[in-house]
Amino acid sequence: MNKKLRSFNSPTFLAYALIAPAAIYILFIVAYPILETIRLSFTNSSLAGEDYVGFENYEKMLSSKKFNKIVTRTFVWMFFSVSLKLFIGLIGAVLLNANLKGRSMFRVLIMPPWVVPIAIGMLGWLWLYNGYFGIIAGVGMHTGILDGPFGFLAYKQSAFISTIIADVWVGTPMVTVFFLAAMQGVPKDLYEAAYCDGASKWDRFYKITLPQITPVIITMSILSAIWTFNSFEIIWILTEGGPRGATTTLIIDTYKQALGNYKFGRGAARAVVVMILLTLFAGCYLALLARINKKISHG
Amino acid sequence: MDKYTFLEKLFIYSAIFIFMTFILLPFVEMFYASLRPLDHLFRSPYQFYSDDLSFWAYREMWNTVPMLGRYIFNSFFLASSVAILTLLFVIPAAYSYARFNFPFKNSSLYILLAINMFSGAVLLIPLYKVLRTFGLLNSYQAMIVPGVAFLIPTAIWLLKSYFEKIPVDLEEAAFVDGASRVQILRHIIAPLSTPGLVVVGIYAFIGAYAQQFLFAITFNQKKEYMPIPSGLYEFIGYQSVKWNEMMAASLVGIAPVLILFVFLQKYIVEGLTAGAVKN
Repeated sequence: MNKKLRSFNSPTFLAYALIAPAAIYILFIVAYPILETIRLSFTNSSLAGEDYVGFENYEKMLSSKKFNKIVTRTFVWMFFSVSLKLFIGLIGAVLLNANLKGRSMFRVLIMPPWVVPIAIGMLGWLWLYNGYFGIIAGVGMHTGILDGPFGFLAYKQSAFISTIIADVWVGTPMVTVFFLAAMQGVPKDLYEAAYCDGASKWDRFYKITLPQITPVIITMSILSAIWTFNSFEIIWILTEGGPRGATTTLIIDTYKQALGNYKFGRGAARAVVVMILLTLFAGCYLALLARINKKISHG
Repeated sequence: MDKYTFLEKLFIYSAIFIFMTFILLPFVEMFYASLRPLDHLFRSPYQFYSDDLSFWAYREMWNTVPMLGRYIFNSFFLASSVAILTLLFVIPAAYSYARFNFPFKNSSLYILLAINMFSGAVLLIPLYKVLRTFGLLNSYQAMIVPGVAFLIPTAIWLLKSYFEKIPVDLEEAAFVDGASRVQILRHIIAPLSTPGLVVVGIYAFIGAYAQQFLFAITFNQKKEYMPIPSGLYEFIGYQSVKWNEMMAASLVGIAPVLILFVFLQKYIVEGLTAGAVKN
């Protein structure tokens, strides 16, 4: 390679200059707010002003039974939502991977929940869950499963389950699409060889497809865990964290403390907990990604 | 390869039907509700059937939600502004990541991925303060400024992979022949990367359209700047919600993104999955 070419390919200054606008923007709108949140969590900041209070917000938060319940609830909510997304997504991908007529149409038809603004999808679910006039209660009453109107979002347990189902609805299309893409990336000759050896369809799925798409399954479980953890609009629109706190997750609680009660300091302490947990998830994700990339580049 | 027996086909199609019902039920029910007269919707005991379906709600909604036209315009305006701004920030950065080697390249790319995982919901308090300091609350910018920030990371990753597909030899040849960097950008990169730019632009548009709730309800109280989701959300709190019109307005509000997506879904899905599923 001649000298001129080398200068073309590694102009460090130019490289940084091109990245600078995006980097500065993110520093200002994402990085600075992160630091500011940490600072605020050590103050009693509210609309009235702020004073340094040390670890008071954290001590109060961690010793409150309510907060501990919220953390547990968040993880239970997340666990069910993520497992259902992965399970339904995997089944969906297998179905849409079958070589049958109409599959390209079905592949487009599964996208809407992913593309449409979540807030609008939730207006639809609000109507579906309506205890008197929603179709779910309607079917329930006609088949005799329900003996009268039933407000799905009005009772603690059913509200908890209903918000999970709505969250699964939003998240499943993306999981399905990624699994499907992974399945189509599995080399065809693997299947042909197995077919010649007389392996059944189930064997081929269990022994070829599943191991081949495992990296994507792992990636998607961590990514959906992160998105589910961050999920705000779904619960906020359906229940605002109610009834009586039954669907209040960490994110909802953070929002309520900060922008419902204007207790910026307390809200910030919760936000810091959220950030620590997210950093842990992100760390797992990046470590795994690095490992998968290494494996691929080493054959 | 083997074919499916009739029974297997029947089973797969039934399973697909159940799967599709789950995915599409809210939309079908929204559409059906939008066609039914309001007093039919509120009948007790519940009835599935209405005999006088009409598009009446689609006319009446403009009176019930007087600013609906404005909300739709706002949604478009916000999403387009966010998409264009995102592209402006992302094009040089993605090009740099695709072409050059420099210290901290990989670590900064991973930091971008990590940022992607922070939702706006956690950073609302300081964002509120930043926007207040600059006098941007209750304006279009209140929704545009944070919106762009949370789309930049994914957009860089997406566009980077498009730029990487343009053979570097072309640029090198031009450079050796004495073309300036600006000339290379104009005559080689710009025309070759147009499809990628369109896909990333559409991705940003759809993403921006989808995220118009949290920032909108938190940073903007003015009706004239509200996008559809927060505009309609206001009406849900009222005593008697006119559900048929609400559903009609929702469907009209999401139709543009849906249409856009149906035409471009192949490219968007390919672009998004390429990173996670490369082999």
